[in-house]
Amino acid sequence: MSMEIIEINGLRKRYGGRAAIDDVSFSVAEGEVFGVLGRNGAGKTTTVECVSGLRVPDAGTVSVAGLDPREDRAELRRSLGVQLQDCTLPDKLRVGEALRLYASFYDHPADWRALMEEVGLGPKRDTAFAKLSGGQRQRLSIALALVGSPRVAILDELTTGLDPKARRETWELIEQVRARGVTILLVTHFMEEAERLCDRVAVLDGGRVAAVDTPEGLIARVDNGQRLRFRAAPEAGAVLRALPEAATVTTEGDRHTVTGSGNLLLAVVTALAAHHITPRDFTMDRATLDDAFLSLTGHTADDSHDTSAPRRTHADHDVAGEE
Amino acid sequence: MATPVRQSAATRNPRPVRRRTRAGGMRMLLTTEALIYLREPMATFMTLGLPIGLLLGLGLSIPDFRVPLPEFGGQRVVDTQLPAMMIILSVSTSAFSAIPAALAVYRERGILRRLSVTPVPPSRLLGAQLVVNLASAVVATALTIVMGHLLLDSRLPAQLGWFAVSFVLGVGAMFAIGLLLAAAIPSSRAAGAIGAVVMFPLLFLGGMWVPREAMPELLRQISDFTPTGPFGQTLRDAWAGTTPEPLHLAVLAAWTLLASIAAARLFRWE
Repeated sequence: MSMEIIEINGLRKRYGGRAAIDDVSFSVAEGEVFGVLGRNGAGKTTTVECVSGLRVPDAGTVSVAGLDPREDRAELRRSLGVQLQDCTLPDKLRVGEALRLYASFYDHPADWRALMEEVGLGPKRDTAFAKLSGGQRQRLSIALALVGSPRVAILDELTTGLDPKARRETWELIEQVRARGVTILLVTHFMEEAERLCDRVAVLDGGRVAAVDTPEGLIARVDNGQRLRFRAAPEAGAVLRALPEAATVTTEGDRHTVTGSGNLLLAVVTALAAHHITPRDFTMDRATLDDAFLSLTGHTADDSHDTSAPRRTHADHDVAGEE
Repeated sequence: MATPVRQSAATRNPRPVRRRTRAGGMRMLLTTEALIYLREPMATFMTLGLPIGLLLGLGLSIPDFRVPLPEFGGQRVVDTQLPAMMIILSVSTSAFSAIPAALAVYRERGILRRLSVTPVPPSRLLGAQLVVNLASAVVATALTIVMGHLLLDSRLPAQLGWFAVSFVLGVGAMFAIGLLLAAAIPSSRAAGAIGAVVMFPLLFLGGMWVPREAMPELLRQISDFTPTGPFGQTLRDAWAGTTPEPLHLAVLAAWTLLASIAAARLFRWE
């Protein structure tokens, strides 16, 4: 087990009379990509601001690489790289100049030219910030967070506002960054992003931690997380209903839908074969982090309209469960 | 692809001295601020082009400006009044327009906040802004003196020491007020309007349109307690070879001190 590089214990912060975060605790292992997941207002940004030292919590402790963000601010700033949600650069500042400038702030900076190539901004070296696309700005912002060769990088709402292509490119970049061994604290409200990038996630809901687990672990908590659909003779319905693994079975003519958990696929195929029924157009899908989030918090994370890819919808899920 | 970056940085810089790196950070911040400043054509036009253009345009085209006037103690307008006013115009533009607008943008865009999570505190960016604007004021002043001397046959400042004292105190007072504006204005969009509201009355009281010699007594007494009135007057005194009045120097120092304290109290980094 590797060392815990970030440890958060019982963190609380109130604004006015309202608790933004209430008793938030989790720890992050060195080299991990750790997601802080939740919808807008769940307390994600407040949590990571306490980690970066931008906010002082009302109660609780934070330790980053053994440092207290309040006591050891100067030391922490040298080992932490931060990408802030709403930070843009001066319009006339050029890509290469921004990287060279931020590299000059650190004692042991990365080679900013190599970093610029790595994030794909080499050809944009002399382009002014105002002329960059949203995706390019985001890549520059990530590069600036990494230019000090930090041990921990905090990336806040990295892909919000990006088109699907730019979002995918940003994800690929994060996968490369992970390979450097930098520990990443990734704030997001995109389930697909968390599922793809994160080793573990903390789900925040209303300022509290609803769960901390791997994305797979969270998904496995969803009951009847697997779903099979196929065409077969109508009498297959009775065979399926007899299976202990099948939680729900829907039959409409020759179209059958089965949900369940455990080794559902093997059970269904074996039972059908035993009755000499051959399924056609067989598809199987499993619950996603969306479903896991829904079952943990009672609502979807993404209350906006910008999901990037067709996903299994909750409406489908409900139909399958109506039987 | 990724790991060599770290290694190369480490091997190239095996034992960097922390102090040197920090100084390097400040130097780079200054270089970068200067680059951005020079890329804003409006900024260089307003602080350099306009004052020098007006100095030469008015000085060369209005013959009366080159005639000694008894009410100016035998001075010509081009001797001290016109060049001192052009220096004040340049410094006012920096103080009341360029500095508040730049800092408001930096705050709005989260750049000050972004710096506060690096080893270089955001106050250094504020310092770099002031240094770049100071450099612009020095260049504008030097150009005013040299161009006026070469093309308008104006005098060179007779009391260089007092001239420098007046310049430092005057720029200090004006920039401190600029910082106070930067602290008080709500947004970069409001910066231009608020800057103009402050700047034009102060230019008027400084003697831009009515020389202090021609002001009614009450107006001149009001002018004595503004930052621009004493700034212009002390520059002109030193230029003509008279020692500036202690009251004027004290007023400039007081503005510098009070406005700096107020700005430091009110300034918001985010």
